[in-house]
Amino acid sequence: MSTLQVPSRIPLDDYSPVIGAGEVTELRTLAKPLAGRSVVMINSTAVGGGVAEILNRLLPLAEELGLNIRWEVMTGGEDFFEVTKSFHNALHGAPYHSEPSHFEIYRAYTEKNAKRLPLDAEFAVIHDPQPAGLIGHRQSGKNHWIWRCHIDLSHPNAAVWNFLANFVPRYDAAVFSSPEFARQLPIPQYLFHPAIDPLSEKNRELPPEFILDVLARYNIDHLRPILTQISRFDRLKDPVGVIRAYRIVRRYFDCQLVLAGGSASDDPEGAAVLKEAQQAAAGDPDIKLLELPAWAPLEVNALQRASTIVMQKSLREGFGLTVSEALWKKKPVVASAVGGIPTQIIHKHTGLLSHSVEGTAYQIRFLLSHPEIAGRLGEQGHMHVKENFLITQNLKRYLTLFLKLSAPC
Amino acid sequence: MNAAETPFEFFTVSYLTKIGNQSAGNLEELLTGLEQCSDASIFHHTFQTLSAHHFLTEGFSNDFAQWALVDANRDALAEQFAALDIRDYTSIAALREDLCRVLRDFITENPAFGQQEALDRFYFCESVEVTAPFSLTATNLDQFRDGMGAISHASFHFHFVTSRLRLQLRTNDFSYWLADSLGLTNLAETINRIDIYTNTLDSARSKMLRLLDRERRKHEHSASPQPNPA
Repeated sequence: MSTLQVPSRIPLDDYSPVIGAGEVTELRTLAKPLAGRSVVMINSTAVGGGVAEILNRLLPLAEELGLNIRWEVMTGGEDFFEVTKSFHNALHGAPYHSEPSHFEIYRAYTEKNAKRLPLDAEFAVIHDPQPAGLIGHRQSGKNHWIWRCHIDLSHPNAAVWNFLANFVPRYDAAVFSSPEFARQLPIPQYLFHPAIDPLSEKNRELPPEFILDVLARYNIDHLRPILTQISRFDRLKDPVGVIRAYRIVRRYFDCQLVLAGGSASDDPEGAAVLKEAQQAAAGDPDIKLLELPAWAPLEVNALQRASTIVMQKSLREGFGLTVSEALWKKKPVVASAVGGIPTQIIHKHTGLLSHSVEGTAYQIRFLLSHPEIAGRLGEQGHMHVKENFLITQNLKRYLTLFLKLSAPC
Repeated sequence: MNAAETPFEFFTVSYLTKIGNQSAGNLEELLTGLEQCSDASIFHHTFQTLSAHHFLTEGFSNDFAQWALVDANRDALAEQFAALDIRDYTSIAALREDLCRVLRDFITENPAFGQQEALDRFYFCESVEVTAPFSLTATNLDQFRDGMGAISHASFHFHFVTSRLRLQLRTNDFSYWLADSLGLTNLAETINRIDIYTNTLDSARSKMLRLLDRERRKHEHSASPQPNPA
């Protein structure tokens, strides 16, 4: 277990020009009764992944508002993380062969971590299935335990869910990213959207020359339309489907496709998917398959800002924060109607939804033919993110939940 | 300028979205849900969603209309849902009654559509409200104007839109106070006519601020010393 350093802070007042001074005052108002009260956030990784990214931005802001907040990371051996990865995939609906030893390993590491982790905070927010078993070590009836589940539980493997169901009903509340991810539970279930930080390197404004420099580095022509999907090389992100859609569009428009994701070198499945994409892209110099370094927020930012249209043609999706990232940059987005994407893409208002390769291609052709509509969707998408998917909104929801849980019944 | 005996106290509000246990995959299931869901759920999918999507000034009215349009593919029903103006309602019961009536009539006229599967399910959620005083009060027009300029979107929506349910009147907190405490009935009525469906919360507030500034100028003008005819 390691207590994390609170990351370098961006003062809350810096958000005023972005979200409005009234919204910042509102956060201070809501936080006032929570000043000095203790909160612990517990997850299973300090770096990489959306949860760590959100906590990195959320904690300094909550601390500035006076909350006594800390972030703890559960530790475990390779065996633990192999088990929890298989649980994760099984909860997403992947095939899973139930083995009793898996549950024993999970319980053993839960015990070990419970001995070291401070579990006496007034509000304990436990992220995802890995640390969910810690509820068994709740120290008093007075504090409040919240299970924040970031994954799609709409079609979970029964064996894994039944195991987790030993723990989840003992929490005071559960929080999901979409109503369809929720389960039938005897505790209140709330909807929190994941969030992006408008002032982070991945989302802040960039100088035009930097964007052009990134395009030149990857040999992308800034004078022709650029279609982009930012995703890891994963079959559920359907990179080959993206290429097929591009090829249909290409019959009508002289455009380019950028498929950019993290390096697939240490991920056997990712390497295989990248190879499939390379085969599908063979012979077309206007398809750029980019393996970005593990953490390249400025490059991702630049590629999104340079795009004419951003795609997210996922077959399954948790929430898909890359959609919010693109909308924040006022980009027209064409995305699959799966997971949390329809929450972000209100069809014909903040983007266009599709259900197939052909549908994706049609929506892209429509937007390339109607730049004024593309522009309106981008503007409205930006407003949608500003109202609902920024880190400050996420913070507001946590403050509200803490106030609600601690209010006298 | 008049000072009010009862100050206007600005509040802010924050909502948690509570996920309900009901969902609907077709119009008949939506009707059952509408009949059985909590008042907090009707509020969430109408009053609250309008605030969350205030930046859409055309074609978005409430979650039921949006679902009917996009997921159930029933344009005519969507239009009828969208035509229900929440400002006409001072109770959730009356709004629920009209939502059910619209849907019941549609299914009666189009029985083939009642059980037709929608693209995606409708999930009933509820709004759970937490309010807090903004530490801003006003006893005169100047202070009120300052407060109006400093509050959040949620606070503005709370006082301007959802106040109808609290007051059980077809007005809003701002207009009620301006008329009742400062006697500014014309200003109160003009403010109450600002259309929240065709304005964003920002543009509605800007219009209100302009009206307040005009009123203040009027008072300044009438209070300034008149030139001596001699």
